[in-house]
Amino acid sequence: MSTPEPDAEEMVREEPALPVNLRRDSPLVPVDSVAGRALMAVIAILTFLAALSAGAAVLAARASEQWRGAVANEMTIQIRPDARRDIEADLALAVGMAAGVAAIESVRVVPKPESDKLLEPWLGAGLDLVELPVPRLIVLKLKAAAGPELAAFGAALRREVPSASLDDHRLWVRRLSTMANTIILSGVAVVLLVLCAAGLAVAFATRGAMAGSRDSVEVLHLVGADDAFIAREFQSRFVQLGLRGGAVGGGAAILVIGLLGWLASRWRAAPEGEQLQALFGAFEIGWTGYGAVILVAMVVAAIAGVVSRFTVRRYLRGLA
Amino acid sequence: MVRFENVGLRYGMGPEVLKDITFSIAPRSFQYLTGPSGAGKTTLIRLVLMALKPTRGLVNLFGQDVARLDNETLTAFRRRMGVVFQDFRLLDHLTLYENVALPLRVLGKEETSYRAEVVELLRWVGLGERMHAVPPVLSGGEKQRAAIARALISRPELLLADEPTGNVDPALGRRLLRLFMELQTLGTAVVIATHDITLMELYDAPRLVLADGHLHVDA
Repeated sequence: MSTPEPDAEEMVREEPALPVNLRRDSPLVPVDSVAGRALMAVIAILTFLAALSAGAAVLAARASEQWRGAVANEMTIQIRPDARRDIEADLALAVGMAAGVAAIESVRVVPKPESDKLLEPWLGAGLDLVELPVPRLIVLKLKAAAGPELAAFGAALRREVPSASLDDHRLWVRRLSTMANTIILSGVAVVLLVLCAAGLAVAFATRGAMAGSRDSVEVLHLVGADDAFIAREFQSRFVQLGLRGGAVGGGAAILVIGLLGWLASRWRAAPEGEQLQALFGAFEIGWTGYGAVILVAMVVAAIAGVVSRFTVRRYLRGLA
Repeated sequence: MVRFENVGLRYGMGPEVLKDITFSIAPRSFQYLTGPSGAGKTTLIRLVLMALKPTRGLVNLFGQDVARLDNETLTAFRRRMGVVFQDFRLLDHLTLYENVALPLRVLGKEETSYRAEVVELLRWVGLGERMHAVPPVLSGGEKQRAAIARALISRPELLLADEPTGNVDPALGRRLLRLFMELQTLGTAVVIATHDITLMELYDAPRLVLADGHLHVDA
């Protein structure tokens, strides 16, 4: 035991020289416990999954926007071969009619070799397609504000060239939109479910921490701490854990998304890469996507804070 | 300051551990709470601290019936009391400095505002060189002195000390007793729970004697 100093009367108040390494303001609820680290890992994993889902939703939204933008500004005239008609004459007639429509910006006839090439994935390369009745295509680029005259153009085309059909891609756009919206909604649903799971994990961990710190909580009460003070202490602990877990999970998700983008750009030359690019564009989620990932991580931390505070207040009310 | 009238306490459906307890503690008074081990001294202290609710009787603290206290008032009353627990109840992950400063910290005070006071008190109880240590590495006596320092740091109106000299050598025990007497002269009402006859003989004061769940006062 240390030797006591002289009596109080002999004491002289002096400016305290505190050791440099003296901890003076440690959290009242310890953060670096085993349970704390386990919870941080759970939060990191959940944030990672939620952030990936959010990233996937943003990717799908961006890709579908690109598809819609590309497809909606185009129309295709398809002219089927008809033994009773001259396909080249029909082609020229359709081009002439299309060129006369104000809403159409440009008209391009797809050359026959190009049309034939479109069949290669199904029929294979090197086949002589001369005998096959391969339809001819005319691609029409539309002006931004395409008006109702396109409907009239469709009717006129059917009248003048019975073997032609005008495809405005509406069905295709609708299907793409449905698919993209399903992906986006699934992503949002997964994010919400994961956030709920994170909230529940924090609630259980808070109750565990409170039960484990019951003695400390009683001491805090008896030295004059009110419920709000104790709740703040627990909340700050869980916000810290949430922020750390969120940062780790969100950081890992950003890394994975960046890595996938890099791999996609490396494979761009390969056929698989082309298909990927056709589906997802450049496989980049952009600033919006990274913003969504960071937002998810911050929401997880906020949920950790709010849920722990709520749980602690309920627990303390139960003790009263 | 504290008034108990016919207070009884039982745990669950068990027998009453405290029966018809009637006593009062006046401001600036000094008294011992004594009795054999297991007589209920700690339980009585917990009743005064409002850590336990009596099953019957009236407990009046600082002029108010505790049965009608809301949480805010309860906290305000606890801030007017200092307590030394028999088992110290220090927070193991905090340094001695932080443990002693705890009652001031929970009031929301800035660390710099109480630093001098905490260091002075730690030095006075002989822990000036140990302020960076955490409780698990301290001896029983050191923990006891830290617990006493924590109880005194907020200059309470009522000090409840449960066996405060149980783990210190006789010299420090006498010194701590002098400190408690000094606190009394400065305006604190002091209740020392002890079964140390030698300590009680050093300074004559009324004794609240607990035996078989009943309490009588030896003036």
